Amino acid sequence: MLKHILTSLTGGPVTEAAPAPADPALAELAGKLDKAAKARLGRSLSIREVDAGSCNGCELEIHALNNPIYDLERFGIRFVASPRHADVLLVTGPVARNMREALIRTWDATPGPKWLVACGDCAVSGGLFAGGYACVGPVEEVLPVDLRIPGCPPRPTDLLAGLLALLETSAAK
Amino acid sequence: MYGEEPLFGLLNRIGTPVEGHQPWPRYRLGRDGWLRLIKGLAGNGWSLLGLWGEPKAVHAAFREDFSGDVAVVSLDCPQGRFPSLSAVRPAANRLERAAHDLYGLVAERTTDPRPWLDHDAWGVRRPLSEQPAAPVPNPGPYTFLPVEGDGLHQIPVGPVHAGIIEPGHFRFTANGETVVRLEERLGYVHRGVEGLMQGRPVAEAARLAARISGDATVAHSLAFARAVEAALGIEVPARAVWLRALMAELERIANHLGDIGAICNDAAFAFMLAQTSQLRERVLRTADSCFGHRLMMDRVIPGGVAADLPERGTGLLLELVAELRRRFPPLVAIYDGKASLQDRTVTTGFVSTELVTRFGAGGHVGRASGRDQDARRSPGYAPYDELAFEVPVLTEGDVNARVWVRIREVEQSLSLIEQIVARLPAISRGLDHPSVPLEAGRGGEGMALVESFRGEILTWVRLDGEGAVTRCHPRDPSWFQWPLLEAAIGGNIVADFPLCNKSFNCSYAGHDL
Repeated sequence: MLKHILTSLTGGPVTEAAPAPADPALAELAGKLDKAAKARLGRSLSIREVDAGSCNGCELEIHALNNPIYDLERFGIRFVASPRHADVLLVTGPVARNMREALIRTWDATPGPKWLVACGDCAVSGGLFAGGYACVGPVEEVLPVDLRIPGCPPRPTDLLAGLLALLETSAAK
Repeated sequence: MYGEEPLFGLLNRIGTPVEGHQPWPRYRLGRDGWLRLIKGLAGNGWSLLGLWGEPKAVHAAFREDFSGDVAVVSLDCPQGRFPSLSAVRPAANRLERAAHDLYGLVAERTTDPRPWLDHDAWGVRRPLSEQPAAPVPNPGPYTFLPVEGDGLHQIPVGPVHAGIIEPGHFRFTANGETVVRLEERLGYVHRGVEGLMQGRPVAEAARLAARISGDATVAHSLAFARAVEAALGIEVPARAVWLRALMAELERIANHLGDIGAICNDAAFAFMLAQTSQLRERVLRTADSCFGHRLMMDRVIPGGVAADLPERGTGLLLELVAELRRRFPPLVAIYDGKASLQDRTVTTGFVSTELVTRFGAGGHVGRASGRDQDARRSPGYAPYDELAFEVPVLTEGDVNARVWVRIREVEQSLSLIEQIVARLPAISRGLDHPSVPLEAGRGGEGMALVESFRGEILTWVRLDGEGAVTRCHPRDPSWFQWPLLEAAIGGNIVADFPLCNKSFNCSYAGHDL
């Protein structure tokens, strides 16, 4: 293990350069954040992830953001365990009706200022599950959505670009 | 086994075979036959492979573990009632509850009649039955099983958990730090996959199958594709068969690497997760370069595969195998050599061989507790009959054993990828696409058993003459593993639950459908 640590110390970081914040995402967010929110958040975001009925594909890619290659925490963005600690809810899935109330309660438990990001095609549009008896459809039918990151599932770089856009917008003067 | 009646012996006496069910026979039983089947089940080793409903019928699939014979049995239930299997096969209970919630079928004399997938939130009851009913006006709360005793307290967890994880509810009853009982309540991720598949063309239903459980997307797609191909009697191009196995093994390696690291991370050993998550990323990127999608979603389709390897694909795969062979063994040595890790994983979350066998649990959960089953070997499917691999089996039944089964499986899968790359058949002439078109105008029923990284997936499908799905039931391995997690945590401390849970890594989405 010592050898591993030495190699890691001398080998340079494995972390890759970040993608540029997504332009469509920046445009979507512009004007959504008021000045008070910007002052309070600075350049950090705490994210609470909520699976509202995804197939767990999105979760796998969100997990990847924490690995040393994407290393989300270098941007001041981190995943937290409770909505009470969160600025952002990152919601996946076509909102299964069995999860609707839990999602609303999680949103209510998140202190303002807060944002909601719909992650993945199911959360954005309902995907293949729209129209069934068991799903509500897109997240915006349940809660107001500030940012949409499409993909099935979105790649980690897409997620990163979207979240960086959120961070840039919230830190902008 | 001596003195026991063979599965087909009994079924030939009490049932009549149904035409057009491939590749294993299906028998229609009368109510008397069904009762005799239950009696027969009590005294032998036939594993329950699945149980699913239709508006006026119930089906169950069994395997005689000794001979490997597989059969489906069906009972028409015009009154919507059938005698429950749960007393002789406890694994049937949750499947029967699901069949009740979706199709309104009542399991008589069941061990547990509570609803399972239905949380009174759909706005309709028994949505897939012939006559869906209006919702109950004032549904009471879900009743958890009673727990009584001095000094007990309850810890409710979920459906929204602390980590980046799927939703489900766990009700712990603890005495101090020690868990006395865990009860699960699932169904939160129910998206109505079975209902959405009905009436869809095969190609569309395949996209739904790929999203039953995202981490096993290749395996679920493969199970659906093989079931459809069995129903239609289609022969898949040889190269596609081998490419499918290649994707399945890549998926297995990626998931096991992620889980091994995550288990260590839950034992406060974050170093391993940092290392294995890099290896996992390496596998996903190779999958992306070779098949155009990191998780290889929608790449296995009925009739073949959606895309062939690019020209440099085999080279990329061999590089990946070489790199994992170089970087993975030192990590295994670290796992094996750290007392702080072993202290958390050895003897934690024990599941007995007896329990695993009783529930018919597969995958690393079964194999770490001595149940030597692997669908790639029995009943077996191409191309695994031409490949050399071992199925690792341990008997300790603890978290450590489940980690070791995964480690050994990664090694086996690396060897399988090498063998597949070396023997990949060339594309047959005249085919620029490694799949065959599905002919319309033929229907049928088919079933497939496919080994995912988690265990055995059963998919049963019925197609009409137009090539549309009239009924499909995909049964994820998690159905038979979730109940054992309840047993595994008993007697352990609350803080060891994440370790136990992660070492199982059951799918919520695959289970809830």
